Amino acid sequence: MLPDGAGPIRSGSGFFPMPTAIIPALLRKLTAGRERVAVKGGTVREIVADLERQFPGLANHLLDAGEIKPSIAISIDGEIVPGGVLEPVGENSEVHFLPALSGGA
Amino acid sequence: MAAATNNGHFKVIGTRPIRHDGIDKVMGRAKYGADYAFPGMLHGKLLRSPHAHARIKSINLTKALALPGVKAIITGKDLPKAENKLEQSGEMTVNPYYLSMNILAHDKVLYDGHAIAAVAATNPHIAEEAVRLIEVEYEVLPPVMTVDAAMKPGAPILLHDLRNKEEGNKETNVAQHHQFKRGDIEAGFKSADFIIEREFNTAMVHQGYIEPHNAVGIYNTDGQATIYCSTQGAFDVRSLSAQVLGIAVGKIKVVPAEIGGGFGGKTTIYLEPLSVLLSKMTGAPVKLVMTRGEVLRATGPTSGSKIKVKMGATKDGTIVAAQVWMAYEAGAYPGSPVGAGAMCIIAPYTIENLQIDGYDVVVNRPKTAAYRAPGATNAAFASETIIDELADKCGMDPLDFRLKNGVKEGSAQVVGPPFKRIGFVETCEAIKNSEHYKSKLTGKNRGRGVATGFWFNAGMQSSATVNIHTDGTASVVTGSTDIGGSRAAMAMITAEVLGLPVTDVRPLVADTDSIGHTDVTGGSRVTFATGMAVYEAAQDAIKQLTERAAKVWEIKPDQIEFRDGAFHSKAGDKPPMAIKELAKRLARTGGPITGRASVNARGVGPGFAATLVDVEVDPDTAKVKLLRCTIAQDAGRAIHPSYVEGQMQGGTAQGLGWALNEEYFYDDKGTLRNTGLLDYRMPTCLDLPMIETIIVEVPNPGHPLGVRGVGEVSIVPPPAAVANAIFHAVGIRMMETPMSPPKLMKEMLKKRAAENAQSAAAD
Repeated sequence: MLPDGAGPIRSGSGFFPMPTAIIPALLRKLTAGRERVAVKGGTVREIVADLERQFPGLANHLLDAGEIKPSIAISIDGEIVPGGVLEPVGENSEVHFLPALSGGA
Repeated sequence: MAAATNNGHFKVIGTRPIRHDGIDKVMGRAKYGADYAFPGMLHGKLLRSPHAHARIKSINLTKALALPGVKAIITGKDLPKAENKLEQSGEMTVNPYYLSMNILAHDKVLYDGHAIAAVAATNPHIAEEAVRLIEVEYEVLPPVMTVDAAMKPGAPILLHDLRNKEEGNKETNVAQHHQFKRGDIEAGFKSADFIIEREFNTAMVHQGYIEPHNAVGIYNTDGQATIYCSTQGAFDVRSLSAQVLGIAVGKIKVVPAEIGGGFGGKTTIYLEPLSVLLSKMTGAPVKLVMTRGEVLRATGPTSGSKIKVKMGATKDGTIVAAQVWMAYEAGAYPGSPVGAGAMCIIAPYTIENLQIDGYDVVVNRPKTAAYRAPGATNAAFASETIIDELADKCGMDPLDFRLKNGVKEGSAQVVGPPFKRIGFVETCEAIKNSEHYKSKLTGKNRGRGVATGFWFNAGMQSSATVNIHTDGTASVVTGSTDIGGSRAAMAMITAEVLGLPVTDVRPLVADTDSIGHTDVTGGSRVTFATGMAVYEAAQDAIKQLTERAAKVWEIKPDQIEFRDGAFHSKAGDKPPMAIKELAKRLARTGGPITGRASVNARGVGPGFAATLVDVEVDPDTAKVKLLRCTIAQDAGRAIHPSYVEGQMQGGTAQGLGWALNEEYFYDDKGTLRNTGLLDYRMPTCLDLPMIETIIVEVPNPGHPLGVRGVGEVSIVPPPAAVANAIFHAVGIRMMETPMSPPKLMKEMLKKRAAENAQSAAAD
């Protein structure tokens, strides 16, 4: 399991930047209460796969048939992004899983 | 009214041309859904449930089918069974299984007015008579009308497939629980000098669009269907109808008619698939048009809600903790905007310690639909009232208190990600510097209130084409239904890029076969996202025109620059060539030019608004008179300031109606008692003062023109602003909407009784 927290993590050869996944409050029971998790991956799909590797069962809450559930919106670095699991994620990015919205006017 | 915005280096953007569609509308020539007629067309009517909650034991169509002139009748059994699975549709998430049951009840009716059967007949009167002849046997069940009743242990269950995954998979009326947490809530409250905790209730309200829902369906023998209807999203009507009918999306064409208001309520479907199915059965076009009563009973209003807020601040005016519990009525099927409400409720403020729990609760009321900043108005009514009270406790001006705690670029949102460039501070300052705020309010029983609001705004998919005509004029085609003047804005963006007068650009809204996919007109997204597509399509046209000019001049395109509506050779060795001149030569230089663009828009810029209201409370009747109202809103960039002001005023008017009058009245059997606009009391021009507008322009860096979107956030602050004004007028904190005379009078009498008891004790 990777250490809690965002950004670079220490490995044998130095610091490597990594994206950070922000775990929705109701799913933190699956991450031992951790809100911010350093994850490996260059796309949302890879990040969710890494979350599943670290916290088995978590992906079930985020994916449906391999796609991000329609009830969930993905925000990367403060912007809602439309690309779902294909969305690229930067090495210092923060990825949030939010409730999807509806609008009205 | 604010003056025109400063349009800087723009020539067209920021001006106020007459809308292109205006003449047809004022002359009665614009075609609305109910205006469509076709040879041999049949008319449809719906049988609706008189019960709020009942099991359908049997439906007997024999007598109705025997009536001369009746051509077909359908019930829920005629709709294919849809999959019980949430799907994305435009900006909404939709479960086709519930959507289908909402369109025609299958085995249970879940609200007064729930549709049970649809009849097609040779005229509307025969169809109505046939509806009366349909015999339904019900097993009436106890109605569950409020979130309190629905969440109570042992409450009657509406949907037996809804399960509480947090509590042993038991049957439940709670469809979803959202939670947002940050910091240490207990430590936050411990550090507070003042803590306010209150409970709020808001009534279910309707969008109140003037034009009722309508649809004409034509199903051809080749399996192709066409739907003419009033909708905010033709592509959504197409995909949702396809799902409900179990036919391919590509087999349906949707022609969006002119629209007489929607405000979110026309982002889903009711009649559209029924018109197609009835047409398929009869071989004739079928028209369905709702009555006002049907609109109020059976289309989606927005949620009533119960919201508990606890908030703490230190003496210096810093908010240190907030805890929120909120439950929204979803109506008969899951899907209230409580998630959005939870993310909006304290969005304008930086609060380090917070916990927000939101519950989506099914009740025996019509399935809610989107309504202008869905979920945010209820939420702001609660939070902005508490903010006002905390400011008072801290001895601070309410705007200074908000500015001290207000979000800026880089501040964390409720859900975590930081805001990009936003205009909350500028919006509050605009109100603070307004003549209205600086003016003194005098007189007995008068008070002034302020409140702010937040809405996300949306991006999503849009397409546009810009056609260059042979005389150098242009048309711009989009798929965005025009509900607020967006056609004019699209023409203005095109004109700005092409360097043409706006009168030389004709804007059109196309059907689903004539333009690339375009998501719903909603989420304040059209000027932002479709505007982005239009901007790019016009740029594409310029690029192609530059290549043609290069051909004419026998030079390379990069030796040409386009400015002020004309092509110039960079070497300056040729006289400028205007688009009009070049357009004549298109046929001989390669043929027609169409600029195209499709976007899945990124760079959404959230919107903030602040509303200032002066009221006078009649001490005898408790009627609240609105004396003056000013709204400031960050538009990013106002393309057409008049239509931005129109959105600001429209949203404010709806928010004021929500604040003071509007509510669904259900009796103890769950029957809606105010099914007309005389009893469902929306404000008229006699109820409202002129709504003064201040457009704030903090350009959105995510849009080529700085646009944010302006359609929704103006509805968010008014109920809280009115509540705060009432407090400053008569010393009563109203915690329920509408703050109508009966409700306010009850609180005034309670206060008077308490004051009398106090003075009696003192004597």
